[in-house]
Amino acid sequence: MNIPTRELLFGDLWDYAPAPEARDHVRFEKRYGHFIDGRFVDAESWFEVIDPSNEEVLCEVGEASAKTVDKAVAAARKAQSGVWGKMPGRERAKYLYRIARIIQEKARELAILESMNGGKPIRESKSVDVPLAAAHFFYYAGWADKLRYAFAGADPRPIGVAGQIIPWNFPLLMAAWKIAPALAAGNTVVLKPAETTPLTAMKLAEIFMEAELPAGVVNLVNGFGKTGAAIVEHPDVDKIAFTGSTDVGKIIQRTLAGTRKRLTLELGGKGANIIFADAAIDQAVEGIVDGIYFNQGHVCCAGSRLLVEECVEDEVVEKLHHRIQTLRVGDPLDKNTDIGAINSRAQLEKIQELVDSGVEEGATIHQSKCALPDKGFFFRPTFFTGVSQTHRVAREEIFGPVLSVLTFRTPEEAIEKANNTAYGLSAGVWTDKGSKLFQVAGALRAGVIWGNSFNKFDPGSPFGGYKESGFGREGGWHGLLPYLEVR
Amino acid sequence: MTRHFVASQMRTVDQVGVEERAARLSSRSIKKGAKVQGLRLAVAMMDLTSLEGRDTAGRIQSLCRKAMVPLPGSDVPHVAAVCVYPPLVSVAKRALGRSGVHVAAVATYFPSGQAQLSERLDEVRRTVAAGADEIDMVINRNAFLAGDHAQVFDEIAACKEACGKAHLKVILETGELVTYDNVRRASLIAIEAGADFIKTSTGKVTPAATLPVTLVMLETIRDHYIRTGKMVGMKPAGGIRTAKDALRYLIMVKETLGDAWLSPDWFRFGASTLLNDVLLQLEKERTGRYQSDRYLSLP
Amino acid sequence: MAKAPERITVRKTYKLFIGGAFPRSESGRYTVARDDKGAPVANVCRASRKDLRDAVVAARKAQEGWAKRTAFNRGQILYRMAEMLESRSAVFEAALTAATGLSAKAAEGEVGAAVDRLVWYAGWADKFPQFMGTTNPVASAHFNFTFPEATGVVVAFASEGSALLGLVSAIAPVIVSGNSVVVVVSGPAPTVAMELAEVLATSDLPGGVVNILTGLRDELAPHAARHMDVDGILCVGADDATRKLIGVEAAESVKRVHFEDDGDLSHWHDEARQSPYLIVPFVELKTAWHPMGM
Repeated sequence: MNIPTRELLFGDLWDYAPAPEARDHVRFEKRYGHFIDGRFVDAESWFEVIDPSNEEVLCEVGEASAKTVDKAVAAARKAQSGVWGKMPGRERAKYLYRIARIIQEKARELAILESMNGGKPIRESKSVDVPLAAAHFFYYAGWADKLRYAFAGADPRPIGVAGQIIPWNFPLLMAAWKIAPALAAGNTVVLKPAETTPLTAMKLAEIFMEAELPAGVVNLVNGFGKTGAAIVEHPDVDKIAFTGSTDVGKIIQRTLAGTRKRLTLELGGKGANIIFADAAIDQAVEGIVDGIYFNQGHVCCAGSRLLVEECVEDEVVEKLHHRIQTLRVGDPLDKNTDIGAINSRAQLEKIQELVDSGVEEGATIHQSKCALPDKGFFFRPTFFTGVSQTHRVAREEIFGPVLSVLTFRTPEEAIEKANNTAYGLSAGVWTDKGSKLFQVAGALRAGVIWGNSFNKFDPGSPFGGYKESGFGREGGWHGLLPYLEVR
Repeated sequence: MTRHFVASQMRTVDQVGVEERAARLSSRSIKKGAKVQGLRLAVAMMDLTSLEGRDTAGRIQSLCRKAMVPLPGSDVPHVAAVCVYPPLVSVAKRALGRSGVHVAAVATYFPSGQAQLSERLDEVRRTVAAGADEIDMVINRNAFLAGDHAQVFDEIAACKEACGKAHLKVILETGELVTYDNVRRASLIAIEAGADFIKTSTGKVTPAATLPVTLVMLETIRDHYIRTGKMVGMKPAGGIRTAKDALRYLIMVKETLGDAWLSPDWFRFGASTLLNDVLLQLEKERTGRYQSDRYLSLP
Repeated sequence: MAKAPERITVRKTYKLFIGGAFPRSESGRYTVARDDKGAPVANVCRASRKDLRDAVVAARKAQEGWAKRTAFNRGQILYRMAEMLESRSAVFEAALTAATGLSAKAAEGEVGAAVDRLVWYAGWADKFPQFMGTTNPVASAHFNFTFPEATGVVVAFASEGSALLGLVSAIAPVIVSGNSVVVVVSGPAPTVAMELAEVLATSDLPGGVVNILTGLRDELAPHAARHMDVDGILCVGADDATRKLIGVEAAESVKRVHFEDDGDLSHWHDEARQSPYLIVPFVELKTAWHPMGM
């Protein structure tokens, strides 16, 4: 089914030459330990960090033990009670503005590093990750000296030391999402970057030094889940903010049970992207592409379930079929690459396993015909038709460039199917009818609803989930709440 | 064959979405061999245009010379056509001879189209008789904006018939239609009424061609092709002045319609000053030096 | 030999309040509610996990409709609850005095404060979305706004220090935003809670929006925390062990868990016990984007 009646030929009559971003001026160390109390410190043991697009080792990074985490927490505590918590908001603000500015100054270098280490296309690092990271610091800088106007009738106070654990899909941006509001609110931070993507966090540490941020205000410890657990379990941490998988989120919630630590969780998703027959279809197709192929689909709020009104399924599928032929998969540092490298071998295997399950369960697979590089971890843009609600590819988060197409007949059915999931992070609604859009947006149980758009982000816009996608918001006014004592 | 306009279900266009897509396509980076290939293609797709009240036979002869040999002493191809007012068609025809460069003429009381249909059709017939290979007509914008889409359709169909063997390019004058929904609807009407090409603008109204408007028109062409198997050509015109702009349009064609449209048979640029900027960039690629226009002849 | 009174009073049977009805506990179990001197006041139902299950079903059934009502209408109904409570203040004062040994003056004070607290939260129904909602100036051609929605079904373990004011202070901030609630009352005066159920039953409040179970906190808390169709848990006055138990089990479905300190009546009279920030734990924030174009 859904085979286009006529093919468009997206061939090599006029092929783009390679357009690699020059990386000669990018500097990074052979080894990074941890960043504690204002300086880089050595680690007890080390592990290798690779470039997922060619599997070459980029550098070595330390693995923090519980003892190292303890030092980081102690530095954060000292800085919070001794310096940062006491500092007038207007002074904290200026540090955050400084950081924002330095990120802007080093935008190109950061973008290249992000793409080298994470595998994401340089176009996205440059246009999304890095500018948004700077914008987050800029946005929250402005709150630091205005907190008493932020919450009517309350006298907000910082919580203390925040332990933060971030994922590998937006390494620098997630660090900014976590650090900026925490600091603006007067807290100090111990943050663990993901083990596969520590490079830009280490660069961020250099930026903190350059900004002369007081020692201990932000501490970065590298490592795997064990290091994260040491942060979560540390008795002198007052608040945990975690972005990552729902499974790990549940473990953290359990671990914190019975303690007085505050918690926010930003977890997985299986976002529905609902296309009504009256939608602007060409823009909706772009929204589908942005929704699932942005950042290789390594996006917790990805629109990974397409719910399309049955009467336009053929039209949408045909357009999508043609559209994915023009997606360029390959070298993350090539300016024309649309889909870069899958972040790790483990993730690639997980994607492949779920795609295999889709084929086994009888869904029809559609993939672009593009060639893939010989080395590195790559996956073709893929979608499934003939998917039902019970298929694994319709229920489990794939976290890759894989879309499941389902259909519906009435708006009620669309809403019911969209909500038929344990997750509730994001959804898209495409219709030309305003009243329908408001009605459906209201009925969807998800924290971010993109009307006639998808995967838009802004520091002023709160982000976070319903149900098993977590709780708490990051971004905007609401993003201050998790970092303040407000009553 | 008599055609009748049937108001088909029309997809709306979301402004923000289409502009984002156009901007995204504009961020492609075209280097080295691909750049040279693209720029040569752009030259071959050019309708070198002069549509001035002060155009004289001498001016048009000079233009035709440039059209046939854009860069003397090089292997840069000739342009696709010269585009002139009807009274100058015979001048152009003589000047171009058997060069392979077509004569295109704007007819139908260009640019406003404010004349009786019979007068507009007469002009088309006269212009074809004078030797025009291609007719660039303007649609009846007052009828379109008044909602009389059937009249717009009928007039285009009548022009098509009046053209005989000449190719018909239908100018929508998108700057007067304002919304992308209107651009898409006008594109549909023109295509279904028999246009061989659809064209954005006269060049006399601002804004003229833009990338998002072109994208909407290309998508309409694509949808028509998928539905019917019939290819229609596209011509953005007006405001395209730099080689970089030209490459952006070509990228859009390549990624919207595919290889089949990457040909002067199916894509044209309507431009007057674009040619020299493309030549400057080609020379820069050939010599490795940034160029000066003092070394190029005026168009 | 004592003389029989001229008229035998008719005693009230105290049952549970589930889905707008007053069923007995399916378990047939009871506890004896005693006053502050230890004298029996009444036999009250000791709700079982199956009663809890039934109450969650009723709460789920009612929740969507309750949340869909206009904020104005929810405010009206909370205000109606205050009206009904005020009109029966004598009953509550007597019940409080009998069950807890409060002085008449203190009982009058508690009932009055409970009425006032309902009125206070009633007013928030159509203001909280403005208090908590924002339009967000994003750096693109999009209109972006954030507004609160109810979390869903909440199980609340109410104060064991204040039978009426504490109870009302648990219910009102949870339901005002559109949640439904199953309240577990394990305090010293369960009869007062069931009197309140009668107020709720006659306040235009749709059946199932508030369900009241009298029972043992330790017995019901694990089942509530484990229930996969419960979205949130409010526990007033939990000790560390209860916090841990609820937290561990609640994680399985990533429930929203919120703890509040308990205290005696004076604690609940404190102005700080009413706050829009107490509505926050059981709302979800939805952010919507839409392009602006022609």
